[in-house]
Amino acid sequence: MKKVLFASLVLSLALPLAGCHGSKGLKAFTVPDEFDSGKQYEITFWAKNDTNKTQVDIYEKAIADFEALYPNINVNVRMYSDYGRIYNDVITNISTGTAPNVCITYPDHIATYMTGTNVVVPLDDLFTDPEFGFGGSELKFDGPRYNEVTAKFLEECNLNGKHYAVPYVRSTEALYMNKDMIESMGYKIPNEITWDFVWEVSEAAMAKDAEGNFIANGQKVMIPFIYKSTDNMMIQMLKQLDAGYCTPEGEILIFNDETKDILKTVAEHAGNRAFSTFKISSYPGNFLNAGQCIFAIDSTAGATWMGALAPHSDIAEDQFVDFEIMVTKIPQFDPAHPQMISQGPSLCIFNKEDPGEVLASWLFVQFMLTNEVQLSYAETEGYIPVTDKAINSPEYRDYLNRGGEDTDTYYQVKIDATKVLLDNIENTFTAPPFNGSTSLRNAAGELIEGAAKGARRGQTVDDAFIESLYSDTTALYRLNRNIVNTTKEKENGAGLPATSVFLLCSILAVWLVIGVVYLKDLIKKNKS
Amino acid sequence: MKKILSVVLTLALALSLAACGDSDKKSEGVMTYAEYNAAALESQVTVETYVQANQSWWDNKITLYTQDKEGGYFIYNMACSEADSKKLTPGTKIRVTGTKSEWSGEVEIIDVTKFDILSGNYVAPATDVTSKLGTDELVNFQNRFVSFKGLTVAARPDGNAFQYKYDGSGSHDENSDLYFDVTYNGQTYTFTVESYLCGNDTDVYKAVEGLKVGDTVDLEGFLYWYEGANPHITKVVVK
Repeated sequence: MKKVLFASLVLSLALPLAGCHGSKGLKAFTVPDEFDSGKQYEITFWAKNDTNKTQVDIYEKAIADFEALYPNINVNVRMYSDYGRIYNDVITNISTGTAPNVCITYPDHIATYMTGTNVVVPLDDLFTDPEFGFGGSELKFDGPRYNEVTAKFLEECNLNGKHYAVPYVRSTEALYMNKDMIESMGYKIPNEITWDFVWEVSEAAMAKDAEGNFIANGQKVMIPFIYKSTDNMMIQMLKQLDAGYCTPEGEILIFNDETKDILKTVAEHAGNRAFSTFKISSYPGNFLNAGQCIFAIDSTAGATWMGALAPHSDIAEDQFVDFEIMVTKIPQFDPAHPQMISQGPSLCIFNKEDPGEVLASWLFVQFMLTNEVQLSYAETEGYIPVTDKAINSPEYRDYLNRGGEDTDTYYQVKIDATKVLLDNIENTFTAPPFNGSTSLRNAAGELIEGAAKGARRGQTVDDAFIESLYSDTTALYRLNRNIVNTTKEKENGAGLPATSVFLLCSILAVWLVIGVVYLKDLIKKNKS
Repeated sequence: MKKILSVVLTLALALSLAACGDSDKKSEGVMTYAEYNAAALESQVTVETYVQANQSWWDNKITLYTQDKEGGYFIYNMACSEADSKKLTPGTKIRVTGTKSEWSGEVEIIDVTKFDILSGNYVAPATDVTSKLGTDELVNFQNRFVSFKGLTVAARPDGNAFQYKYDGSGSHDENSDLYFDVTYNGQTYTFTVESYLCGNDTDVYKAVEGLKVGDTVDLEGFLYWYEGANPHITKVVVK
């Protein structure tokens, strides 16, 4: 009997231990006391550009300048032009322990990276380190101090009370309008653009002449209003309406009455062909520049593709029309309280066994926030720098004042788009990041796409349609599973998951039983 | 006996020929290419067609270049298991129900609600459309497997014979698309090696990376459309 009991105890002890295999992860990062400048570090940096050669050049120059300051740090860059691809590669490489040292990413994605233990480095201790932190005494470059990083953007990198990234550059969405066409239709452009105005003009632009040409442009093709990122469209509309999207903990609130109303409005105008999306029709800029679209909503980081003089284009030169373009913030439900999304990449650092390697990565990340890198990168598109130090610098002020001097560096539309964000930093928001927030974001866009497609195909987009769309979207994006924010407990090691609690309890119970048996034997021996 | 045998053989031959003929015949409720071509955008279509190439399979979705003897059908992001994707080799006959749509000039079947693998096999030969370049007739060959003969490689805006990515950012992932320009009758056209279709380990990818301005080339590929003809090239022969 004792043998059987012993065997069972050993087995019960072994099983929970086996359950622990593979879940250990790296030790939490602590800032080393000093940086070993005699040791050679190789760090990998996965960077993203907007298919823009100037941006590539800026990355390469930044790396060369950094390596010149720190000859013992070699930065190997890998270029991407798609955030989704970086995300997929990071996920794959985390599982094999080959994640990069630094990567450009979004907080939504970081929340997923953090589901491993100590995978992403919390940066708060690094921020305030007197030697290597922001404005640290040992830095070999003039980086921003902590209070010079734009607080609003830094806050976006705060996940559950800790910063897991620093902002790199920021953009928002802008409304690019064909001013001439709106005015030729008899409309006066209001100071504050509302959704009602956009819908009204869009519907009016569908009028045709006897030959079947659209009166507004004299062409056979007209899509008055095209939205590039419908996930942003839904998220911003809900925010403007103060309606539910999700809680910071990951509770999903999107399937509500306001969403239904938005979808019915979208369907009404999509059914009339007054509204379309990038996924349905193509890039808004292509249609805008060809005089086939009046309202194009796209990122300020896409400003160089907008306008009659756009330096970038996918359409042939002979398809361009000459028109005056106007750039403003996106339409609002309540212009007195504007709301717009803040987007743009951030930089996160992956944990490594050698804290010195992490510190080397941090030095590089800080270098990317120096004025030279910030200004040169921000000026490639309608981005803005993420430090007040750069934003308030005389060089940047000069840049902003020179809009229209050329169609390259000082391209007017790009600078106007930049100003949309600069003038509205306090009106920006971000959706809460959590493990699963990327799926929810995709679902938000899919609801708009689904309603628009349904209406275009002659379906009635009523409550029944929308309920069915909700159901399909929930299943497709697995929104019915219980999404909870596990990142905090994973990284802090506090509040262990239920499985871990069970395993630890099992071990404790086994040792208790062993103790009881041992004591029993001891008592028996003493008695005899 | 010989007579009986010859009758049996003749009958068998006739039956098999009839069976062959059946594989091209559209099933009940299936559109001919002409009907598909005439169908309105955003309407539901059902076609029977033959896989010519698989552009990509990812996340249980597949994108296919398909063709019957009358025309081409580009099938975008069709829900498909990995096991089924492996069955969709060139020549495989499939029946697809989805929505006819258009994206930047490319007519495609999207939001596929049903697809079946059928018996039958057809691999389309390349149709020479060189003389159609620059004409309104070219669009009639959209999505078909085509060839172009005797084109001259022209310099991209940066002076090179090809570029990774459309605007020549100079950066490239491991599998970036390749863009190269060719001239014919004084007009310039942009052709693409779509990396999902022909990755960087394929002969065509390597051949385009080796092109020089002024080379004369014969090309084969699928006549994709993006703001105009934008063939996805699968073969390059430098003359």
